[in-house]
Amino acid sequence: MNDPTQSPPVDGGAGNGDAALRATVDAWERDEVARFIAKAPERRAQFTTLGGFPVKRTYTALDVASTPAEDIGLPGQFPYTRGPYPTMYRGRTWTMRQIAGFGTAEDTNGRFKYLIANGQTGLSTDFDMPTLMGYDSDHPMSDGEVGREGVAVDTLADMERLFDGIDLTKISVSMTINPSAWILLAMYVALARRRGYDLHQLSGTIQADILKEYQAQKEWIYPIAPSVRIVRDCITYCAQHMKRYNPINISGYHVSEAGGSPLDEVAFTMCNLITYVEEVQKTGMHVDEFAPRLAFFYVCQADFFEEIAKFRAVRRVYAKIMRDRFGAANPESMRLRFHCQTAAASLTKPQYEINVVRTGLQALAAVLGGAQSLHTNGKDEAFAIPTEEAMRIALRTQQIIADESGVADVVDPLGGSYFVESLTTQYERAIFDVIDEVDRRGGTIKLTEESWFQRRIADFAYDTALKKADGEKPVIGVNKYVMEAERFDLELHPYDVSTAARQIAGLNKLRAERDNARVAALLEELVAVAGDSAQNIMPVTIALVDAGATMGDIVEKLKTVWGTYRERPIF
Amino acid sequence: MVYLASSDLVPKALAGDTRAIARLLTRAESGSAEARPAFDELFRHTGRAHIVGITGVPGSGKSTLVARLAAAIRAGGRKVAIVAIDPSSPFSGGAILGDRIRMGELGGDPGVFVRSMATRGSMGGLARGALEAVDVFDAAGYDIVLIETVGVGQDEVDIARAAHTTVVVSAPGLGDDIQAIKAGILEIADVHVVSKCDRADADKTIADLKNMLMLGLASARGTWRPQVVPTSAVRDEGVQELLTMIDRHREALAASGEIDARCAAIAERRLLAAGEEILRDRFVRDRHGRLAGLLAQLARRSLSPHSAATLLIAELGENA
Amino acid sequence: MDAGGERIRVIIAKVGLDGHDRGVKIVARTLRDAGMDVIYTGLHRTPEEVVEAAVQEDVDVIGVSILSGAHMTVFPRILAALKARDADDILVVGGGVIADDDCAALKSMGVRELMLQDTPPAEIVAMIERVVTERGPR
Repeated sequence: MNDPTQSPPVDGGAGNGDAALRATVDAWERDEVARFIAKAPERRAQFTTLGGFPVKRTYTALDVASTPAEDIGLPGQFPYTRGPYPTMYRGRTWTMRQIAGFGTAEDTNGRFKYLIANGQTGLSTDFDMPTLMGYDSDHPMSDGEVGREGVAVDTLADMERLFDGIDLTKISVSMTINPSAWILLAMYVALARRRGYDLHQLSGTIQADILKEYQAQKEWIYPIAPSVRIVRDCITYCAQHMKRYNPINISGYHVSEAGGSPLDEVAFTMCNLITYVEEVQKTGMHVDEFAPRLAFFYVCQADFFEEIAKFRAVRRVYAKIMRDRFGAANPESMRLRFHCQTAAASLTKPQYEINVVRTGLQALAAVLGGAQSLHTNGKDEAFAIPTEEAMRIALRTQQIIADESGVADVVDPLGGSYFVESLTTQYERAIFDVIDEVDRRGGTIKLTEESWFQRRIADFAYDTALKKADGEKPVIGVNKYVMEAERFDLELHPYDVSTAARQIAGLNKLRAERDNARVAALLEELVAVAGDSAQNIMPVTIALVDAGATMGDIVEKLKTVWGTYRERPIF
Repeated sequence: MVYLASSDLVPKALAGDTRAIARLLTRAESGSAEARPAFDELFRHTGRAHIVGITGVPGSGKSTLVARLAAAIRAGGRKVAIVAIDPSSPFSGGAILGDRIRMGELGGDPGVFVRSMATRGSMGGLARGALEAVDVFDAAGYDIVLIETVGVGQDEVDIARAAHTTVVVSAPGLGDDIQAIKAGILEIADVHVVSKCDRADADKTIADLKNMLMLGLASARGTWRPQVVPTSAVRDEGVQELLTMIDRHREALAASGEIDARCAAIAERRLLAAGEEILRDRFVRDRHGRLAGLLAQLARRSLSPHSAATLLIAELGENA
Repeated sequence: MDAGGERIRVIIAKVGLDGHDRGVKIVARTLRDAGMDVIYTGLHRTPEEVVEAAVQEDVDVIGVSILSGAHMTVFPRILAALKARDADDILVVGGGVIADDDCAALKSMGVRELMLQDTPPAEIVAMIERVVTERGPR
């Protein structure tokens, strides 16, 4: 395993100034610090970040001496450590994108309109488990899950109702969906065509990052190879037909939620990025044709400065990979843009109101780290999906940061901080170490099959659980400042028990009314396309959803070609 | 289900009752004294099942193969039981048994019974009670019992001695050499499977294995010549061929009469293992008294382990 | 080291479509380290598959982890399938994201214990040992 405990980069060949500074710092440690500690010891012998990086008492110019000035650079310039754009939030603040989704398409459409009315500037869609896993709402595996954790979408008709009355050329729409992402993308395209939009006008994102599913979130359908091919097809299709659309959102968030370290969160996204780029390059497409639309998604965890350094470092790493490993020449191919969500797994059920404060601090770190869009969690997420009230407070949290705090007025205000710059460089080196190890051991797909990523996540998760249990990792309300006999009287988001019946009724009606012969013929065409990996799966899928095929029709048909994935779990 | 004495579980198990079988398996594993007479009774009903050991290094695709093989056996109308053995933690003695994962496709078929067991660090490799578990399945009318082991080394050799037919699974791409040689299990195979034959490098693994067999490095036992069966889970190929090969092996053993020698060897090994276990249990029973006294003498080097054991056995005779 | 005694056997099950396995993995490790035999079902199982496995494995306890909100569907199906197999001596416990009202309802249906987010591992071990002791020998 990569060793994050390596000493921070300290100046190698010091000039006279550095030598003088070092002498001053040594004297300070020897005199003031030693004397002070003798009277009042520090809280711990060694402090570390949440991710296990040791942190020193304080940082000085010595700690940034080994970081070349050009690696820090300026906002909007290679390697984009200080931000992907030169003016950042001075132009437009980040996109406030609260995820929403529950019940049927009509139910979620109502929540979307509520959020837009409250000042939200982008949409983000959460789907229910059956939709995420490619099952129709009436499949036996969907029992009890329809419309519960997100919105149920089986058909294009559902998609039409989901965005009813919302001009999709004016607002960007993100869809959190993975193994079945290409079908949702096909529905979005078919919907846009029916409304007469120019596809190049559409802006938005599908997550579609399948590799992190095998590694972390565990939502999959097919084996790895055909699943990566689908991702490739989404990227190449969008590069040709939807110039403003992000065909993938390479995600570290789920690595973190599955228990992985902050380092692994960002490092694994770089490993997965490399795999996707290589797959698309095999089709003959140049990296600059598609890389400008690659997007990323990270968590913002609790350790304030570590998170800021993490975001700055991964931007630098990405820029170097794209230029040096893949020969990108277009600056747009080197700017890492990311969506950020505060850490759901950090929220607690005990004293749940304080989740507002946790989320506020995490959101502030995301903004100081240069996020392009942000979702802040509701205070009640440890209970159920958030209520309207919880979502409003979460949105207001972002608005306070944007409009009241002043932090959006200066680009990368922490740039030049000895500590933040030093930690940024440490993170950069540690990320490259992980990438090197993965390369050396045979690459991302092989190591995913061998559960190498999964084991690193499980190990860090287990360590964290032990540290929480023995109090080494304080969690307020859980293992510190616990309130006895707490009663929860909060209003929770209700689940409408009629959801499944309403959804299934619509599904049956559609099946009765559509041209079943045409659907059957297109499904045979789908099988042929699936069997020939030189073809792109998007056009036939678009034709299928337009003809009334359900998600389940398409997914089940392809299972006969590709089979399904079953993991060999590690502990 | 209320508590039932083991002797009351036996008739139910013989009639194929799943819960009774499952309870007896637990008591086989725990070595319960209460269950001894019940296992004596069950043993009288054994001798019909064909016992197949399946082994291979981790990552060889063995679990997938076992699941498919079980499905093929079911398709032919025979009942199959699987004893899947995973290692115990050397620290706590507990275990995580994950092998049911692959068995998902078999769910709901009463003709398939999957049981996970932990090695428990028992001397001699096989999970404590694994062979009594095989007896339970045999007596309960399962036609074929598959014993699946992970890991490398002693466990695998023990399987060969406990099974009528031993299958060793290798896979391409796990290393430069044939992993079975490294693990020292090449010699024990009656049938070799090379899994993942959809991979480009599989031909080399097959060729290496065949060369090795021709060179006689794997000296065959008796008249049967070990065979190589390629399989591919992705293409769903080779499993029926493997089942046919296992059946052919059984027929060959019967035709040549070697089956009697194999069964006698299995019986001898079980007898000796049972003897060791009985002695061990009786030695350990007085862990804090007599045993501790002898250990103190060992520590002073005034007695050797062998002499101490001889002394204990002599005392057992006196107390008997 | 365990002559005579039956080890506690626990099946750890992920039922339905939810793939969050951080919790089950921590629980599985913890129970193993406490000396239990843990059988893991893998992801995406049906209640009936879990009960079939629990019967064959003769477990003392079925531990179900569910974070998808489908608990009011999943637990009753497990309890019904156990009853149908004359196996309701197998104890059912659960963990995940479950609201208090639902917890009470599930316990009245026959779910023995529910341990939610942030339960220290040692408490889970103690709970399993307690419910098995309370059930008595079988």
